Amino acid sequence: MSAETTSTPIATVRAPGLLRRHWPWLAAIAIALLLPWLFFDWTKGRHSGFVLTMLSEIGLMSVFALSFNMLMGQTGLLSFGHAILFGLGGYCTAHALNAVKAGTLWLPVELVPLVGGLGGLVFGAAFGYVVTKQRATAFAMITMGLGELVAACALMFMGFFGGEGGIPTDRMVGTSLVGVDYSSSWQVYCLIVAWVAIATVLMRLQTQTPLGRMANAQRDNFERTQFVGYDPRMIRFYQFTLSGFFAGIGGALYVLVYEIVTFDTVAAAKSATALLATYIGGAGSFLGPFLGTVVVVLLQSGVSLISNAWLLYVGGLFIVMVMFAPGGIMGIVARHEPIARIGRLGELVVPYARILPPGLLSVLGFVTLVELAQLTTIGAAQNKSLAIGGQAIDPHSALPWATGAVMLIGGGLWLRREARVFRVRWDALIEEAKARGLPV
Amino acid sequence: MSNAIALRGVEKSFGRTKIIRGVDLAIPRGERHAMIGPNGAGKTTLFNLISGRFPVTSGTIEINGQAIDGLPPHQINRLGLSRSFQITSIFPRLSVFENIRCGLLWARGYRYSFWNLLGAERALNEEADRMLERLGLQDRRNVPAGLLSYAEQRALEIGITVAGGADIILLDEPTSGMSHSETEQAVRLIRAVSEGKTLLMVEHDMSVVFGLADIITVLVYGEVIASGPPAEIRANPAVQEAYLGSEAA
Amino acid sequence: MEVFLVSLLNGLVYGMLLFMLASGLTLILSMMGVLNFAHASAYMLGAYFAFTLSQHIGFWPALVIAPLLCGLLGAAIEMYGLRRVHRNGHIAELLFTFGLALIIEKVVQMTWGLLPVPYRVPAGLDFPLFSIYGTHFPAYRAFMLLISLLMFGAIWLGLTRTRIGLVIQAALTHPDMVGALGHNVPRVFTIVFAAGTALAGLAGVIGGNYQVTEPAMAFTMGPIVFVVVVFGGLGSLTGCFIASLLMGLIQTFAVVLDYSPADLLKQFGVTVTSATPFHEVLTVPLPRIGALLPFLLLVLILVFKPRGLMGTRDT
Repeated sequence: MSAETTSTPIATVRAPGLLRRHWPWLAAIAIALLLPWLFFDWTKGRHSGFVLTMLSEIGLMSVFALSFNMLMGQTGLLSFGHAILFGLGGYCTAHALNAVKAGTLWLPVELVPLVGGLGGLVFGAAFGYVVTKQRATAFAMITMGLGELVAACALMFMGFFGGEGGIPTDRMVGTSLVGVDYSSSWQVYCLIVAWVAIATVLMRLQTQTPLGRMANAQRDNFERTQFVGYDPRMIRFYQFTLSGFFAGIGGALYVLVYEIVTFDTVAAAKSATALLATYIGGAGSFLGPFLGTVVVVLLQSGVSLISNAWLLYVGGLFIVMVMFAPGGIMGIVARHEPIARIGRLGELVVPYARILPPGLLSVLGFVTLVELAQLTTIGAAQNKSLAIGGQAIDPHSALPWATGAVMLIGGGLWLRREARVFRVRWDALIEEAKARGLPV
Repeated sequence: MSNAIALRGVEKSFGRTKIIRGVDLAIPRGERHAMIGPNGAGKTTLFNLISGRFPVTSGTIEINGQAIDGLPPHQINRLGLSRSFQITSIFPRLSVFENIRCGLLWARGYRYSFWNLLGAERALNEEADRMLERLGLQDRRNVPAGLLSYAEQRALEIGITVAGGADIILLDEPTSGMSHSETEQAVRLIRAVSEGKTLLMVEHDMSVVFGLADIITVLVYGEVIASGPPAEIRANPAVQEAYLGSEAA
Repeated sequence: MEVFLVSLLNGLVYGMLLFMLASGLTLILSMMGVLNFAHASAYMLGAYFAFTLSQHIGFWPALVIAPLLCGLLGAAIEMYGLRRVHRNGHIAELLFTFGLALIIEKVVQMTWGLLPVPYRVPAGLDFPLFSIYGTHFPAYRAFMLLISLLMFGAIWLGLTRTRIGLVIQAALTHPDMVGALGHNVPRVFTIVFAAGTALAGLAGVIGGNYQVTEPAMAFTMGPIVFVVVVFGGLGSLTGCFIASLLMGLIQTFAVVLDYSPADLLKQFGVTVTSATPFHEVLTVPLPRIGALLPFLLLVLILVFKPRGLMGTRDT
């Protein structure tokens, strides 16, 4: 309300309304465009390639994870082969780009992601026809089988997949609509941001359509949907096909960033990354997969610079989430809502502050042990060594191991005690919220 | 054909056990029809056959004059038949409002649309809100359905069933597990929503049955032993012996 | 002919190995509804445990101790992990085991390195048992066959002659009924999970030096075992047995038969050249398709016969 009174009457009614209603989206785009400048190298006058690539990776992987969540979170379908749609979209894009380069096809670079999307759509419809006959565990298995099948084909058929070497391509084909040649990674980054925004908005809108809602209904109670006139299989089919479209766009963006598409893009590990990111972020909310992707990619790009164990940390986080927070990060946030609504969130600050030190200590202990272990094997093979404060640490001596173990076990025991205190406080607040008639 | 539902020689076996042993039944349009019978008589099974959840072993079932052999449930629903479940079957993670709206979507022709934005469909949303008011659930509009009380969930179950405006409504024990006052409320609701429609219900509460039904059919061990107006059923000695006997005493 | 006989024997050996893995998975999946992604990880751990143990105390003690270690690990996973996740439903359990499989792979990489370890056939069994038409049949394969047959017998006796075995059998087809009979369901679950994991471990002990002991072995074996379980059908050990042997034979023979669809077409007078449409698909030799076959079968069976070969209920 206050925004309306402060805005000048001359301004059009529509613009401030748009700003007020959609500010989180606009803010996200603004942040995405401003963030790289924090890492801008003013002495050399160029962007940090590492940061741009990482942010692009976050963008394209979050489109992929969001499309994965169209199945997992929204339709209740757990796919172990979603990467085949991502990868096939990528292969289609690479071939299209090469055709543009060769002059057999005219297409502006800005619209190239649509090729990936259409490729994903077509393959999504073809595979979806087969896999959506099933749901639940059988769906998980059949998508896994299909994923392995396509991955094996990708290594077998040279013509379309290019075998181990993949299909290299070139994004500088000179068919831009806005006169940009995409020679710098900043130009590409802007294109990525635009397409990530478009895809994300479209996926968000899709959740509010009849199909999106019936997909939720199908997830909750597939049998009931039949008795309100819907064929649950067709709901799954359309949803799968559409999710293929968006996965394909993700694959196309991958091609634009890396200018090559290889077997990795269809492989099981790619599917697993989407699954991990979505679950860690929270499959129950629309933005969960995005958040999870940020976490996973940061761990992947950040940790893998210094250590080989990023997948272990992501896997560990995943297991902890499955066991203790099935709603992911967004689920944890959402659980605070009733407490916030009775205005007593402040009472959790002290309990949180108390579980933080033991939590950090046990994480530190865990990391120490993992890093020591990997130093003795993989690290040794790569001639890596560990030094803290200039002091070299010998992974073969007992002291660092003992320190790590003590931190992990001691921190764990301490955490358990503090967690009990936290629990008591938490339960009391939730009871309070319940007593005030809030749905909990 | 003026019959909304017609069953001829319907039989159903699970393995070697015959649950429905040749049922003939004709329910004219606009009739409120109740089916009673002891536990295990096959009432719910008969519902499942009529709504297409299970296929019949033999015999035919017609809805509005059309045979439904082999039709899947969603196509039977599209013929204008809607049913509720004895064990509450709602969409627990969707809000109460969205549960009702899901019941409306197909009937209002939205099909599998992924281009209409539901927020902008005013007529549809108003219709869903009107249904919420009739159910007395307007205060719970945005609560996830899974968090409702039992009686509220039962009301929602009926709401989802009738929202689309099907002209044949099957209710499976709509008042089971409800308190006395909740039952009275439910009866008022059922009477209101079934106005001008064909109603077939399974019910154990005799006050509900005799208060609502025009015609009562008694099913015992998969066979119809009597069918007629309430007074006739009450007076029927076979029915008293088989079913009412113990309870009416 | 000699190719046929040798391949038949090799197929049997591989099939029995698959059965050792798949039988545990079928039991776990049918009874607990858990699609255990970490099952093949137990297979891998069995092989690595056996490798380390056999360096210190020799192969024979390792043959007993490594599976026991795997079994203990399985029991711990069931009691402290799965049971907690159980209330969140089957998909959560599946995801839990999926995460476990990822972690176990990384832990194995960090403990034993990225490269294959030199886990070898024990010297006492490293000789050709007999020769068929000049092709040697190693004694170790006969030993594998013997162990798996013994295990098969033990499973059969355990399921038909012991009280808990009968409970498990009942639970295979009617998992919800066991609780009603007054049995301690969580304990039965723990026992089944531990036993299944131990069996997978044993398969790893005898399979690790037959194949290659490396960190990727779980993720290459896992999907094949799933295929066997789905193919055989839920709740049917007999189906699982048949499917295991079938899969073993199919994969073994596919490697041996060096033909392609183009060769078949040649019989009908059609010659495939590089100008023929889909010539790449038509000229793929069978040994390369062999790797695809299990997944092709998985997809086909789930589409056309979701209950599998002898399954009693839906997956």
